[in-house]
Amino acid sequence: MSGKTLYDKIWDAHVVSTDANGEAILYIDLHLIHEVTTPQAFAGLRAAHRPVRRPDRTLAVADHNIPTEGQALGVGAVADVEARAQLQALERNVADYRIEFFPMGDPRNGIVHVVGPEQGRTQPGMTIVCGDSHTSTHGAFGALAQGIGTSEVEHVLATQTLRQQKSKNMRVTFTGAPAPGVGAKDFALAMIGRIGTSGGTGHVIEFAGEAITALSMEGRMTLCNLTIEGGARAGLVAPDQTTFDYLMGRPSAPKGAAWEMAVRHWRRFVTDADAVFDVEVAIDVSTIAPTVTWGTSPQDVVAVDGRVPDPAQFDTDTAGAIRRALDYMGLEAGQRIDEARIDRVFIGSCTNSRIEDLRAAAAIAAGRQVAPHVRAMVVPGSGLVKDQAESEGLDVIFREAGFDWREPGCSMCLGMNPDRLAPGERCASTSNRNFEGRQGRGGRTHLMSPAMAAAAAVAGHIVDVRTLL
Amino acid sequence: MIPFTRLDAKAAPLDVANIDTDQIIPKQFLKTVDREGLARGLFYDLRFEADGRPKGGFVLDDPAFAGAGVLIAGDNFGCGSSREHAPWALLDFGLRCVISSSFADIFYNNCFQNGLLPIALPREQVRMLMAEAKGGNHVFSVDLETQTVTSPSGQVFAFDIDPGGKEKLLKGLDAIGETLQAAADIDAYEARRALDQPWLELA
Ligand code: SF4
Repeated sequence: MSGKTLYDKIWDAHVVSTDANGEAILYIDLHLIHEVTTPQAFAGLRAAHRPVRRPDRTLAVADHNIPTEGQALGVGAVADVEARAQLQALERNVADYRIEFFPMGDPRNGIVHVVGPEQGRTQPGMTIVCGDSHTSTHGAFGALAQGIGTSEVEHVLATQTLRQQKSKNMRVTFTGAPAPGVGAKDFALAMIGRIGTSGGTGHVIEFAGEAITALSMEGRMTLCNLTIEGGARAGLVAPDQTTFDYLMGRPSAPKGAAWEMAVRHWRRFVTDADAVFDVEVAIDVSTIAPTVTWGTSPQDVVAVDGRVPDPAQFDTDTAGAIRRALDYMGLEAGQRIDEARIDRVFIGSCTNSRIEDLRAAAAIAAGRQVAPHVRAMVVPGSGLVKDQAESEGLDVIFREAGFDWREPGCSMCLGMNPDRLAPGERCASTSNRNFEGRQGRGGRTHLMSPAMAAAAAVAGHIVDVRTLL
Repeated sequence: MIPFTRLDAKAAPLDVANIDTDQIIPKQFLKTVDREGLARGLFYDLRFEADGRPKGGFVLDDPAFAGAGVLIAGDNFGCGSSREHAPWALLDFGLRCVISSSFADIFYNNCFQNGLLPIALPREQVRMLMAEAKGGNHVFSVDLETQTVTSPSGQVFAFDIDPGGKEKLLKGLDAIGETLQAAADIDAYEARRALDQPWLELA
């Protein structure tokens, strides 16, 4: 018999039981919740008079629709009536069910996928769920982390388990060393361009290879975050010394003798040498250039020195989709992508709002000025990231360069709060989705790395960051 | 949850690939604390101008497809955000079944929680159904028991579905109630885990 993959091992360690149809009841170690996808779940619990089984394994934040200024004024001051009602519903629910909560304005609050790892709540070998598709982020720690819908949120609250069929195993091996200016965001975009947005459907992807081992935890989180855009249920990186070093000393990480015991436990979560994957993909990162999206799907990628596609060179079905995307994006068939003039820059989101991301952007912004026609904003992923950045003086670098320095939250990643694009505005964004209308109705989003977004801000158009290094 | 057994209804063709859940229901409709009333947000940006005036021309607003119960869509339907508001909005609008060549995992899963039947068929078959659906004013039959879709011209297409999901839809099962019957197993699992990984109990 062949060995087990990392995914197999986490799965096996969490199966409570399996029914005749092969559906397992899977135990959930950590449940992260936020204001937007939980109100109906709590309403369901109340209606059925069911308690929350493990409030101690649940953590709540307010992130999706909070404003990115004036947070100290509290929820009562949130101008948007519906957003306020949703935030107040969360406050009520966490109080009623005794769930730990970092409210808006608390320095520990921020984007749910930044907060979990930062607090040391996210640990190797765990099963983690959240009513948000980018829960895949936590896979960077070798945790099986999946986005779920609201009915499943209710199911996990009530039972601390999820009913699920096992997915297939896929491995993407990243070999080689990246060129300067190329990093995890480029790896992810290049991969999605290669496998397509449904390339990972039905699979859990493990990322392996020397280029992954060399990545920081922040880089691994960026990569795993974008796994969902490749259609996979979750992404995984095996835990190693980099993982343990990141976790050590964090508020919810085990301490003392428990730490030693935990590390021994975590080290078991690696793929056996003779394990067999259903699908294998290999990518040489030395061939990847800084990458951006040109269209309205994360698979619409192009190297920054490349050209957008020309529909004339494709079959009818594909040509139609390309034409529709070019039309929405206001681009000419076959034009150079670095000629696209931008109006806005957004540095933030659970993909790229951690300290390392802000450092990379600040390194480009330092001593330069945002182009006069561009409005650029930086939204740290959490209050603690914001504090750290300020202690390093990054806020001063950004402000002096003309960036707007905001308070933490999801912000313009999905534009549920006041931060959003106006129709037709073109945005260089470090977020994860360039869907039509994602950042505001009619808005045009180009996904790229923090350094590339900062470079675009100062150039006023999409530009190869390597020319500014 | 309302069980799904058989459906005889019009099918609306939406010949676009990669319809994401942001398109199915845009963010401004996610600020509700209710499950109901989401039909007004369904495909909002495709159906309405920014000021709320109808754009006209969207298939579900075409009288020939009034009361459609089935949506036939391009590849990779339901990708993107995990928002369950997407199936809620489809159901609230009156749709009970979506046919596509492939579905994104989270959306697919969310359908089963709500009595919305997602049917995956090979792309050529979806194309054939799409062609027959054009023009409206017809009846498609979807039979979950026999796992078949019958087109207006009488062509029968068999589809695969996982047996657990099928049972859930046929019986309209409450997943939580079912899982709670295994509470003793969950207790036992938790007790073992508390011994193996005591640091997780000290939160
Ligand atoms: S930053 Fe964007 S993708 Fe991440 S959790 Fe918030 S809304 Fe979702």
